[in-house]
Amino acid sequence: MNLHEYQARDILRRHGVPVPPGEVAETPDQARAIAQRLGGGGRVVVKAQVHAGGRGKAGGVKLANDPAEAGEVAKGILGMSIKGLTVRRVLVAPAAEIASESYVGIIVDRASQRPVVMVSAAGGIDVEEVAAKTPERIHRLAVDPRYGLLAHQALGLALKLYREMPKARAAADIMQRLYTAFYAVGASLMEINPLVTTPDGVAALDAKIVIDDNELDRHPEIAALRDPSDEAPSEVQARQAGLTFIKLEGSVGCCVNGAGLAMATMDLVKYYGGEPANFLDIGGSSNPQKVVDALRIITADPSVRSILFNIFGGITRCDDVANGIVQATRQFPLTVPLVIRLTGTNEALAVQILTQAGFSALTDMDEAVKQAVAKAKVGGA
Amino acid sequence: MSVFIDEQTRLVVQGITGRDGSFHTRQMIGYGTKVVAGVTPGKGGQTFDGVVPVFDTVADAVRETRANTSVIYVPAAVAASAIFEAADAGIPLIVCITEGIPVLDVTRVLPFLHERGARLIGPNCPGLISPTKSKVGIIPGNICRPGRIGVVSRSGTLTYEIVHQLSTHGLGQSTCIGIGGDPLIGTNFIHCLSAFQADAETDAVVMIGEIGGTDEQQAAEFVQTGMTKPVVGFIAGQTAPPGRRMGHAGAIISGSSGTAAEKMAAFARTGISVMKRPADVVPLLEERL
Repeated sequence: MNLHEYQARDILRRHGVPVPPGEVAETPDQARAIAQRLGGGGRVVVKAQVHAGGRGKAGGVKLANDPAEAGEVAKGILGMSIKGLTVRRVLVAPAAEIASESYVGIIVDRASQRPVVMVSAAGGIDVEEVAAKTPERIHRLAVDPRYGLLAHQALGLALKLYREMPKARAAADIMQRLYTAFYAVGASLMEINPLVTTPDGVAALDAKIVIDDNELDRHPEIAALRDPSDEAPSEVQARQAGLTFIKLEGSVGCCVNGAGLAMATMDLVKYYGGEPANFLDIGGSSNPQKVVDALRIITADPSVRSILFNIFGGITRCDDVANGIVQATRQFPLTVPLVIRLTGTNEALAVQILTQAGFSALTDMDEAVKQAVAKAKVGGA
Repeated sequence: MSVFIDEQTRLVVQGITGRDGSFHTRQMIGYGTKVVAGVTPGKGGQTFDGVVPVFDTVADAVRETRANTSVIYVPAAVAASAIFEAADAGIPLIVCITEGIPVLDVTRVLPFLHERGARLIGPNCPGLISPTKSKVGIIPGNICRPGRIGVVSRSGTLTYEIVHQLSTHGLGQSTCIGIGGDPLIGTNFIHCLSAFQADAETDAVVMIGEIGGTDEQQAAEFVQTGMTKPVVGFIAGQTAPPGRRMGHAGAIISGSSGTAAEKMAAFARTGISVMKRPADVVPLLEERL
């Protein structure tokens, strides 16, 4: 789960990281008031709060010379669309007098299987781009989670950013606090970009935090920060139904058990000349209700021209899926053709249930995908 | 022979009285796995289905039954704790089926296992099966046949699909291993490939990867330098959009890295036969055997 910049700043501030003042506004009036209160009538920066990179380039980050202009600027940014996401909030912060910009980040590194702290004196940048083009400008340290980020390790990294010892010590302290916060909130990524030096010292000007979804159950206070307006409505609905669903651009709706098989099914749709409309995993121990919910979500997409079920029964029982299909089609008649492939646990029973309800079922995955693609093309013509 | 599990496997089931644990314990016993103990704190002294003694701790179970392998079906919130406990009790092979374990928990678990020389398979995996010898986890036994093909995969049902293709075409398996779909896992492709290379009863290996990370690329390098047996590979997620987690926590394309195209190119470069679709597995293996 992605957090907004203002939420990330709050978390860092709570962990003792120096964060310059700034508050979030939902209206131009609020933006004007915040600019007055925090900026003392001087220059402020107004920043769109959306889960999209490149906000600056898209015109979502602007300077304002006084509170009145802050209101005007906020009016322009609120409601604008950045990479398909509507801006509903802006962060208003006094414009800082910045002497230098660096980068500090922590990720969980798959190769070393450890949290890795990354720093670069080239701050304010797209770190992936720097890593690809000039990897020597990024310094990395894999941290042993048994001991955490040790003081000398943090200072060693900080000295890659600052030559003056007071600044290096301040940056090292920030890194250790960031590391503590990383485990405390269950993050999978934390970035301070840029870490700035101002006349007041070293501070985190902008922050990005991504939370591991598996941590949300034990961090309800973090889970409450979710912004559903940044998700497709169908994805919100699927999450609430316990399904994993990702909307795509094609016309073949896919309903599969298991993430790997779901991806392979999408790939096979493409292989036979179609385009998948979605990724949908109904999970392991599925019950008929999940299938009903899945069909409701898939059929709500107007670009879907055919629906493909691909079920390999293991823990998932084919008869559960068959019952779900029958129940769903009684509740809401389908307007697009349905192709069903199922094999494995209770396959014979499932075929019986489907046949009685007037459906037919296939056992071969390739054959089913070919038919679904062909039907999507006929339906779309 | 086979890989990691065989007739000598003496299994303790952590979470044996839970919904998933009890269901799959019956399936494993039915398959012929030697399930020697179960663990559910507070239910020590009971007997599961009249045949499997239940203990309060893994240490008790090991002392009383000489269990040498553990399988974990406990909820995600306590799964890391269950892995720690199994390793502390001296279990050398721990198979964690549980899905949804926080990644940071796994960063703490792995060094602990390493210090004790224990192997973890998973988490978030279907486990493994050496057909007719032993099954640890949830892979349906009825789709497998004994034979000489090793299978290693990050996925569950996709593995079943491919194993099903093998079995129906007379290609049995020495061992099928599901290593799990999480970003941090205890046993990776290279560990399994190297075990299959050393196994006298495995002639060829099917490797089923997916988008996200670089494990498949590293495995491809290993195949080139460390393996003489033929390897056939598949990558799921050729149509996956970047930046989205495709069900498995580990299945995510970050920026431009971890794509299916990149992995398939690494396979082709290192002599691994690349499957374009699951049904390619049989003809490609027949070409290489």
